Amino acid sequence: MDTLIAQLQKQFRDYTISLYHQGFLDDQFTELKKMQDEFSPDFVAELVTLFFEDCEKLISNMARALDQTGNVDFKLVGSSVHQLKGSSSSVGAKRVKGLCVVFKECCDSQNYEGCVRCLQQVDVEYKSLKAKLQDLFNLEQQIVQAGGRIPQVDI
Amino acid sequence: MSITCQLSNLTSKKANQSTGGVRKPLFFLILCGLTTSVVIVLLIFSPLSKKEETSSCNGEARVLFRHKNVSTSEIHALVSFFSDSDQVTSFECRKESTSGLRSNYCITCSLNMEKQSCHERQCFIPDGGVPWNLNPSGLEHSISPEACVSDNLEQSILQPKEHENHGEEPENHGEELDWDLSTYLRNTWWWLILGVLVCHKIFAFHSKAPTERKEKGSLQEPLAQKQQRGQAPSKGAGRWRKNILLLGVMAGVSVSIWWFWDTNEKIISIRRETLANMCDERARVLQDQFNVSLNHVHALSILVSTFHHGKTPSAIDQKTFGEYTERTNFERPLTSGVAYALKVTHSDREKFEKEHGWTIKKMETEDQTLVQDCVPENFDPAPIQDEYAPVIFAQETVSHIISLDMMSGEEDRENILRARASGKGVLTSPFKLLKSNHLGVVLTFAVYDTSLPPNATEEQRVEATIGYLGASYDMPSLVEKLLQQLASKQTIAVDVYDTTNASGLIKMYGSEIGDISEQHISSLDFGDPSRSHEMHCRFKHKLPIPWTAITPSALVLIITFLVGYIFNEALIRIATVEEDCQKMMELKARAEAADVAKSQFLATVSHEIRTPMNGVLGMLKMLMDTDLDAKQMDYAQTAHGSGKDLISLINEVLDQAKIESGRLELENVPFDMRFVLDDVSSLLSGKANEKDIELAVYVSSQVPDVVVGDPSRFRQIITNLVGNSIKFTQDKGHIFISVHLADEVREPHNIEDAVLKKRLALGCSESGETVSGFPAVNAWGSWRNFKTFYSTENHNSDKIKLLVTVEDTGVGIPLDAQGRIFTPFMQADSSTSRTYGGTGIGLSISKRLVELMQGEMGFVSEPGIGSTFSFTVVFGKAETNLPVTKFERFDLAIQEFKGLRALVIDSRNIRAEVTSYHLQRLGISADIVSSLSMACTCVSKLRNLAMILIDKDAWNKKDFAVLDELLNSSKESTTRPPKILLLATSATPVERSEMKSSGLIDEVVIKPLRMSVLICCLQETLVNGKKRQPNRKRRNLGHLLRDKRILVVDDNLVNRRVAEGALKKYGATVACVESGKAALAMLKPPHNFDACFMDLQMPEMDGFEATRRVRDLEREINKKIASGEASADMFSKVSSWHVPILAMTADVIQATNEECMKCGMDGYVSKPFEEETLYTAVAKFFEFG
Repeated sequence: MDTLIAQLQKQFRDYTISLYHQGFLDDQFTELKKMQDEFSPDFVAELVTLFFEDCEKLISNMARALDQTGNVDFKLVGSSVHQLKGSSSSVGAKRVKGLCVVFKECCDSQNYEGCVRCLQQVDVEYKSLKAKLQDLFNLEQQIVQAGGRIPQVDI
Repeated sequence: MSITCQLSNLTSKKANQSTGGVRKPLFFLILCGLTTSVVIVLLIFSPLSKKEETSSCNGEARVLFRHKNVSTSEIHALVSFFSDSDQVTSFECRKESTSGLRSNYCITCSLNMEKQSCHERQCFIPDGGVPWNLNPSGLEHSISPEACVSDNLEQSILQPKEHENHGEEPENHGEELDWDLSTYLRNTWWWLILGVLVCHKIFAFHSKAPTERKEKGSLQEPLAQKQQRGQAPSKGAGRWRKNILLLGVMAGVSVSIWWFWDTNEKIISIRRETLANMCDERARVLQDQFNVSLNHVHALSILVSTFHHGKTPSAIDQKTFGEYTERTNFERPLTSGVAYALKVTHSDREKFEKEHGWTIKKMETEDQTLVQDCVPENFDPAPIQDEYAPVIFAQETVSHIISLDMMSGEEDRENILRARASGKGVLTSPFKLLKSNHLGVVLTFAVYDTSLPPNATEEQRVEATIGYLGASYDMPSLVEKLLQQLASKQTIAVDVYDTTNASGLIKMYGSEIGDISEQHISSLDFGDPSRSHEMHCRFKHKLPIPWTAITPSALVLIITFLVGYIFNEALIRIATVEEDCQKMMELKARAEAADVAKSQFLATVSHEIRTPMNGVLGMLKMLMDTDLDAKQMDYAQTAHGSGKDLISLINEVLDQAKIESGRLELENVPFDMRFVLDDVSSLLSGKANEKDIELAVYVSSQVPDVVVGDPSRFRQIITNLVGNSIKFTQDKGHIFISVHLADEVREPHNIEDAVLKKRLALGCSESGETVSGFPAVNAWGSWRNFKTFYSTENHNSDKIKLLVTVEDTGVGIPLDAQGRIFTPFMQADSSTSRTYGGTGIGLSISKRLVELMQGEMGFVSEPGIGSTFSFTVVFGKAETNLPVTKFERFDLAIQEFKGLRALVIDSRNIRAEVTSYHLQRLGISADIVSSLSMACTCVSKLRNLAMILIDKDAWNKKDFAVLDELLNSSKESTTRPPKILLLATSATPVERSEMKSSGLIDEVVIKPLRMSVLICCLQETLVNGKKRQPNRKRRNLGHLLRDKRILVVDDNLVNRRVAEGALKKYGATVACVESGKAALAMLKPPHNFDACFMDLQMPEMDGFEATRRVRDLEREINKKIASGEASADMFSKVSSWHVPILAMTADVIQATNEECMKCGMDGYVSKPFEEETLYTAVAKFFEFG
């Protein structure tokens, strides 16, 4: 049992580190982790869920806005991107945040092609992040179920 | 790069032009030379005409002179005639004849005179009143005075100028001519100069006008617009100038042409006049000569009448006649010969023929000559006629015509008939004299019986006729001879015509040469009214090229072209200069734009660098909080320190850039500058204490508590200067910050402030007392140079001018570097940055900030002694002691200390004054003594002494023991013995506790003195009950935020949750709302929240707006409370509401920060929260709360 836990813990640690190394996450995520305590055990998961919901909503908004060829409301798209950027930075979704910066620039320069491309990338990115985080949380749950402690990962 | 290239091009162009500029004066020199030569030439020309006149005058005079001579010699001849003929009979007769001669002569003379006066000729003729005494007793005598007269005449003729009347006139005439020319010249010159001036004025005006306009245009205007505006007028002006120039040149050319025409016309008219004059003169002379001859022939006729017919027997025979006529021939130089014919009627013919022994012969028909080749014998006897006119006497030259009947010749007959009818001399029309083959005329006089009344009728005359006297004139030789005698015969050609028959002019004399186009006709009167003659004169040579006209006008033309050329050059130059100016302006605008862009770039980049740098620093800080070994800690600390330096540098660069781009705006808030100085001193005290430098702050009592200005910038300047001073002061001495009113220092002899007085020591440079005793530079040197210092313009009541001085005893600034000390990035020398670090931008920023505050900065420095930086700033006066809420917390303490008395013992007076200043701020009055022993003497006198402050320098255990004893002895009388405080520059905690434990001293105060420190110490010592609270400075956010109610406003759910989580982690109670409106609803006084974190970018109502509204609301309620409308109870007994609102922002740009402050926010934290920033932001509100 202990070996399983240790294995899971190692897996969790490696996975987390790989997420950081691949640039999916940054320090902010660590900060969030720190905020999670006995009073709010699911703080991070909750937040991340919120974030992804937000993402979904914003992306669909932007997709709708960008769908209207001819008179694209770049201002609307821009504000959505800004929101997305804010929440991604709050969550520590580094790649999404980086994409948002580029996206914002495209919006500001009213570069339709760029916007569409960025939107697609953001879509891909957030989905992959979602998958990865899902994996991470699954791992966590497995550890918890196995009666182990979630290890602190120092990056 | 391109800009510099163009600039260098321009300068090289300029250099070229400057060499062209040297050519200009050369032109003017040439111009001047030309003009003077013109003047000289014209002056030379004018007297020429004068000479001509005098020469013609000479000619006339000669003629007159000769006349006289002729008359004289005639008398000679007569005398000799009579003496020769031995027939001297009647004196009366001679008298008569001579008187006749004389009167005749007189008439001629007067005639001449009249004519001459008419023509304004210059020759002077002595009038008729000459001593012309004909002495009947001796003719010889009468001749001699005549000779005298002629001598006189000669003299007067030879020196015509000497004569008053006539000497003046030619000169006048000459002057007139002169004057005319010079006026022309002068006028032309004046016009030229006027033209130049006008042109210059116009240029000046035109070149000024656009530049003025340009200057008015602000630099911010778009470049293109400016160019348009600049170019349009200059182009117009250029065209205009060109037109003016063209006009001027045309005017010059026309002036020159006009001048030429005018002068030429004048020359021609003068020539014509001269011709006329000469012609008239010749005609007159000819006429005179002719008349003389005529008169003489007349006289001869009278002679014949008298001596031939009046005497019986006749006194004249052919021989006498011939001889007489021959001898008097010079009298009639114009006649070739004279003959006398007798009137013989047909009835008397035979008698006559018999008497003379020859027959009357007939002249050859159709031959109208007097003199013929053939002998008279060849002639036929005259045919029978009513009367005959046979020649009986003849001059030798014409002796061949004796016995010829004059009546037989057609011309002669007619002549004779006319002569005897009129009684005057008559002339034939000209005919060819055969012998000489010249044209000639015959003059015939009738000889009458002596008894003919003067008013006889024609019949009577015919009746009385007894003979005829004829004289033949050889016209060509006559005229030639005459002209020979006249001056300038070469220049003039003369024709003489008989114009009796108007249709056919008969030319009597003349040549074909000469210019027929201009000729003058003078009529001749030869005394025969039935015949008229004319003289035609013309110049032999054509009009010479009129140089007098050409030269000046050509010169004017040249001058015009030269001036035109010069102006053209000038115009071209102006155009190029304008073009260059345009270019320069363009480049300038570009450079300025580049400068602004540079500053903006700097500002932006600085922001961009600052944001990540904050991250770096924060992380380093956090890193240092983790468990690190000594080595790691050292690295981290070094990195952190470097990062901080970098940040401060970036801030400085940002400031500089902001100032340069003119974006720095100064605040205008009321603040207490003493607290600002306290802050600075506390901030820098650490560094100063490290170096063992004494830091002192003194503010003159005349400086008001609260002033209106920008405290942060003021602090920046002071911090900068003091920081520099600390940096450059090595382990000794002091740094002294003093603030005075500028008015205080204005008159150095009326200074009341003790510190100032001592420092200046009234002008002696180094004897002034200083804080540490080390010599310092006298600041007076730099004050003196302040321009605004003595100006009274800022004497308005709502402004105060402060003079701040920072004096140090550092290394000083090398003399050669003192000039560039305020240049950005310029340090005294390159080694400075190596030794002391820093970028050298601080002073530059400070100076600019001071200038923004309407002040000026200066310094005096002596290497090895130190530097003193001074600056003036202008602050607004605050409205009647507006309390600065920030420092309310000190009020209580000050209340506590008010009225206490203190004794300051310090060996240095100035330092003691500083201490007393700080005590006075707390309401404590202080006395100063210079040593402990002195304190002993006066301590007894001072009652109610609450404390004694002793400087460490004055500390002396032995003396203090005495003092302590003294104090303890007086213990009974006072309830509380004075507390003893030691003032020390630096003291380790160990030292301090040692001192305190010795029991002698109650507290050690570490200098620099500042209000907060002083209050703390005094509270600790004086107020026994109050223990010093344990270190309040908790580095724990948990403590700070625990149980605090905090409102988070953010539209982004994720962000909201993150913020909530973060704050909850520190123990705060967090409430979240998602919009500005919701926040507004929550933030109504009485506030339920201790603080609010507000996102800035929110839909509908952003953070700024929300904050502004909250503040409005608060202000309203505060007002109500203050006015008593609403009781404070209603609002939980809080007298003034102000909920701290902090902005949450992702971009930490200064501008955003300023915006936050403007709308009433208290600070900002960057998102996502970092512990450090969150702490510093929150600490402000909760530390003392």
